[in-house]
Amino acid sequence: MLLIPCPHCRQSRPEREFRHCGEAGLLRPVDPAAASDREWTDYLFARTNPKGESQERWRHVHGCGRFFVLRRDTREDACVTSRAGVEEAP
Amino acid sequence: MIDSPRARAALPLVRFTFDGRAYEGRAGDTLAAALLAQGVRILGRSFKYHRPRGLLAAGVEEPNALVTIDRGAGRVTPNLLATQVEIYEGLAARSQNRWPSLRFDALEINDLFSALMPAGFYYKTFMWPAAAWRRLYEPLIRRAAGFGEAPREADADVYANLYAHCDALVVGSGPAGLAAALAASGRGERVILCEQDFAFGGSLLAERAATIDGEAAAQWRAQALARLAARANVTLLNRTTAFGLYAQNYVCLAQRLSDHLPPAQAKGPRERLWQVRAGRVIVAAGAIERPLAFECNDRPGVMLAEAARVYANRFGVAPGARALVACASDSAWRAAFDLRAAGVEIVLIADARASVAQALQDAARETGVAFELGARVRRAHGRLAVKAAEVEGAGGLRTIACDLLLMGAGWTPTLHLFAQARGPLAWDAALGAFRPAQAREDIVCAGACNGALSLAMALDEGARAGGEATRVHAVAHDWPCASGPVAPVAPVAQGAAFVDFQNDVKARDYELAQREGFVALEHVKRYTTSGLGADQGKTGAINATRLVADLSQREPGAVGLTTMRPPFTPVSFGALAHMARGPLYEPARETPAHAGAAARGAVFENAGAWRRARAFARAGESEPRVVAREAMAVRTAAGLFDASTLGKIEVAGPDALAFLNKIYVNDFSRLAPGRCRYAVMLNEAGLVMDDGLVARLAPDRFHVTTTSGGLGHVLHHMEDFLQTEFTHLKVWLVDVTEQWSCLALQGPRARDILAPLVEGVDLSRAAMPPMSLREGAIMGTPLRLLRAGFTGELGFELYTPARFGAPLWDFLLERGARCGLEPYGLEALDVLRLEKGYIVIGQDSDGACTPDDLGLARLIGASKGDFVGARSLRLPHLASAGRRQLVGLRLRGGSRPLDVGAQIVEAPAPPAGTRALGHVTSSRVSPALAAPVALALVADGRARMGARVFVTRLDGPCEEAEIAAPVFYDPAGERLNG
Repeated sequence: MLLIPCPHCRQSRPEREFRHCGEAGLLRPVDPAAASDREWTDYLFARTNPKGESQERWRHVHGCGRFFVLRRDTREDACVTSRAGVEEAP
Repeated sequence: MIDSPRARAALPLVRFTFDGRAYEGRAGDTLAAALLAQGVRILGRSFKYHRPRGLLAAGVEEPNALVTIDRGAGRVTPNLLATQVEIYEGLAARSQNRWPSLRFDALEINDLFSALMPAGFYYKTFMWPAAAWRRLYEPLIRRAAGFGEAPREADADVYANLYAHCDALVVGSGPAGLAAALAASGRGERVILCEQDFAFGGSLLAERAATIDGEAAAQWRAQALARLAARANVTLLNRTTAFGLYAQNYVCLAQRLSDHLPPAQAKGPRERLWQVRAGRVIVAAGAIERPLAFECNDRPGVMLAEAARVYANRFGVAPGARALVACASDSAWRAAFDLRAAGVEIVLIADARASVAQALQDAARETGVAFELGARVRRAHGRLAVKAAEVEGAGGLRTIACDLLLMGAGWTPTLHLFAQARGPLAWDAALGAFRPAQAREDIVCAGACNGALSLAMALDEGARAGGEATRVHAVAHDWPCASGPVAPVAPVAQGAAFVDFQNDVKARDYELAQREGFVALEHVKRYTTSGLGADQGKTGAINATRLVADLSQREPGAVGLTTMRPPFTPVSFGALAHMARGPLYEPARETPAHAGAAARGAVFENAGAWRRARAFARAGESEPRVVAREAMAVRTAAGLFDASTLGKIEVAGPDALAFLNKIYVNDFSRLAPGRCRYAVMLNEAGLVMDDGLVARLAPDRFHVTTTSGGLGHVLHHMEDFLQTEFTHLKVWLVDVTEQWSCLALQGPRARDILAPLVEGVDLSRAAMPPMSLREGAIMGTPLRLLRAGFTGELGFELYTPARFGAPLWDFLLERGARCGLEPYGLEALDVLRLEKGYIVIGQDSDGACTPDDLGLARLIGASKGDFVGARSLRLPHLASAGRRQLVGLRLRGGSRPLDVGAQIVEAPAPPAGTRALGHVTSSRVSPALAAPVALALVADGRARMGARVFVTRLDGPCEEAEIAAPVFYDPAGERLNG
C-alpha cells in the first residue's frame, strides 16, 4: 500500500484513502462541438501508459475530497511528488 | 542457556500429549525439543511417499514436523511446526498425514512404488477418463497426499489489529538485530524489534564459547534486552513474524498472543496483525543451514548440524548418542564440538572439502574428534531411524554406525523480506547462495541474512545499520564461517536423495524435469512441486537452484531463485481478517424506517451496502402472491415504499443551474423553483451513467437524486468536473443522503391519505401538478414534498429529516390503513415500474447505451450547448443505425416471465452461429395485465414495432414474442395526472 502525499492536506496518507482518476494532463477541447472526431476520441481514449514516470490524477476521496496531480514511477510504484491544481497545458 | 542435562532437569515439568500418549517436557521447550528429549524420533509422514520423518531443523525452516494442535471446539489448527509450538500443561498435539499411526502407515506402500511416481506423475497418470478426475482421482490423491486437515468449525477465537509507525523496524533479534536496535534507539529513533521466536536472541540462544564486550553471549543478550526494554522509544515484540514487506516499507507482522498458554488462561485475542509503516527496515533475519542430498537423507535422525547444536545448547537435549557429521562448512565443526561437550559421541566429521582452516583441525585433534577431508556421505541406513551411514573417502566406501547424522552444507541468507521489496540479489560463489546485491536506503540487510556469518561481523553490520559509525562491540572466541565450494548434491544422486523434504521432491525429479524440457526455474518449480507448500523452499531452494544449474550447465546466478512472495511463514486467516468478521465484515446500511419495516414483516435483501425491504410477507403467503398483492394495492388504493436509499445531493451556489446544465443532458433553464424533472447524465463517452430527479428549491439551490447504488460515482463524477474542468463555476455539492428520509406514497388514494396530514401545502391537482415540489410540514417536522414516483400512479415522495423517517412510516401506515394503504417492497416496485416501462439503470441499460438507445433522446436540451458527453453522441459509432434500442416485448400467451438475459432471435430454431438481435433486460408477470411483460434491447428495435421474434428459454424451446412500445400499462399516463 502506497503512501500518497496529498498536497491539500499536506500529509502522506495510505493509498486506501485515495482514488486513482486516470492520466493527468488531458485537455478537454475548449469547444467540443468544434473538435474533429479524431481530436475528441483522442481526448476520450488515447493514453500514454508510460513505463517510468507517469502523471496521474488522484482524488483524496476519503479525506479532503479534492483532486490533485501525482507523479509516480510505474516501474518502482513509488510516488515522486504531487501538486494541487488542475491540468495545465504541457 | 539450558546447555546441560542438569540445567534442564532443574526446570519445571510440563505434561502434554502427542497422538494421545502422555509425555513430559520442560518449561521453555518447543514441542520438537520436548519430544526429542523423550526419545521420539518420528514426528510426521512425508507428503507423497509417506516416508517416516523426524526433525530436520529447530526453527521455522523445519519441513517435516507439521502437527495439529487441538485447543477445543473451533480451536483446532493444522500444519503448525513442532519447532515453533511451545508446550504448556495439557497441550494436545497430533501428527498428520498418517494412517493408522506414525510408526505404521498403510500408505508407506507409496514409497515402494515411488519409482512410478516421479515429478508430474499426477498429470500423466490420472488423465482418462476426464470425468474421473473430479470424482475419483482427485479425492483419492487428496486423501493420500497432503498436510493436516482443514478445520470444519468456525474459528472460535478473536483477533486484533493494530496500525503502528516507527523510524526503524528491526526484523530479528539475533546479534545483528540486537545491535541494530541498540544503536537506532540510542539515537532516539522509535524502534520496533520483532522476533518470530518466543525468546529473543536468535543464534545467541545457542552460543557457548564466544564472548561479546567481555561478557558471555547469554549474559550480553540479557543485558542488551534489559537496556532495550528500559527505553521508552523501543517496542519489543516476540512471537511476532514479519511475514510481508510491501510498498514504501509497509510491513505486516503476525503476533501470536495466546497459543502458548493453556486454553483456560488464554484471555483476549489469539493473534494480532500489526500493520507497520517503517521509516526504514533493518532485516536481521539470519540464515538457514542447507542440507546435503544423499540417498535416504530424510531418515529420522538425519538433521541439520546447527539444529542439533540448538537442541543441545538451548534446550539441553541431546538429539542422539553417536553422531556422524557430513558437512562442507566450518559451522558444522562447531556443532560437532558443542555436541561433544554435551556428551554426544562424534564418530566422524566427514567434510567434503579438500582443505579446511587449520584452527578447525587443531580443535578436532585437541578434543580427539576424528575427521576426514574430501569425504562424502553417500547413503543413510535405517528406516524408522538412522542406524549407519556410507561414507566415501580416500579409503573407499565404508559403513559407519551412528544414530545421528548431521548435515551442514553452508548457509542461505533469509532474503524473503528484501526480495519482496524487490531488492536486487546476486549470487555469491564463496557463500554458495544469493545475497543482497546492494543495500537500499530504506531497507538494509544486516548480519547473516547479508552473508555476514560470523558473530563479530553480524554485530558490526547490525550496529552500522542502526546508525553507529564505528565498531562498538568486541567479540572474542568467534568461529570461522567458511563453507563450500562443494556442491551439496552429489553428481549422481540416485534413489531417495531429497532436495525439498516437505514436498517429497528428489534430486532425480529435477533431472526428469530437465529431460522433459523445463528450463526456467519457475517452470521446474511447478512441475516438480519443489518450493511449494507451507515451506516455500526454506531449506531446499538453493540446493534446487544449484542442481538445476549443474544439470543445465548454467551458473546458479543465471538460474536465479523463484519469486519470494509473502507470507514468509503461514499466517492464519483469522489474523488477516481480524475484526472484519460477521457483522463487521461489511457494515450494513439501514434506512431510518428499517425497524418499522421489519415489524411489518419485511424480508430484506442486500443492495450494495444497503439492506432493502424486498417484500412484506404475511403468514402463509408465497412470494409471487405477496408481490402481486402489493402491486395491486398501489394500482387500486395506495402503497408506501421506503425510498431512503436514493442518493441525494444538494447542489447550491450562484452557478448551480449552469453546472447542472453541464452535467445532465437536460436543459434546466426553464425549470422554475418548485418544479422537478426526470434527468439523465452521461459520461464523457456519451453513455448513460445515471438517472434521477432534479428539483429546484430556489434559483440557486437544487435537490438532486441518484440511483441507490449510483451515489458514490455520481458525486465523484460531479466533483471531478467541478474541481478540474468547470473550475469557473461557483457551486457547492453536498451529499445529504443520510440526512433525508424518503417515503414514497403512491396510488389513487395517495392524496386522500396525505391531504389531512400535511400542513402548509395545497395538494389539489391545480395547486400541485405532477413533477412539482413544495415545502411544508408533517407531524410538526419540515417536509419536502415531491409529486413524483416510480409507479405511474398519482403519488408523492415525502422527504423529512432522517430521524423522522421511522415515526412517519408508522404514522402514514396507521392513518392510511382505512384507505387500503399497504407497504410494498422492491419486488413490487420492479413490477410497477416495468408495467410503465420505466428503466432501471444498470438493468435495462448496460453501460453502452446512449439516451437515444433508451428512448430518452427527448430529454436532451438541444439548444443549451455543450454538456458532458454531448460531443460523443455525434461520433459515428454512437449515431449509426443498427444500435440496440429499448423496446417492450409482449408474449402471445404464457404465464411465466421471460428469462432475463435471454437472447432474441428471428427464427424459432436458429442455426448455430446466428447473431442475436438483442436480449431481455427485465421481465415480470404483470398482475394488472395478467400477462408477462418484458423490456429488451433489440437492434434497430423501434423500427421493428409489431415484428415477431423468438426468445430463448433456458429450459425449453424458444418462445414467440411481439416487439411493442415499452409502456404496457396506462400508455397515455392519465393515472399520473389523477
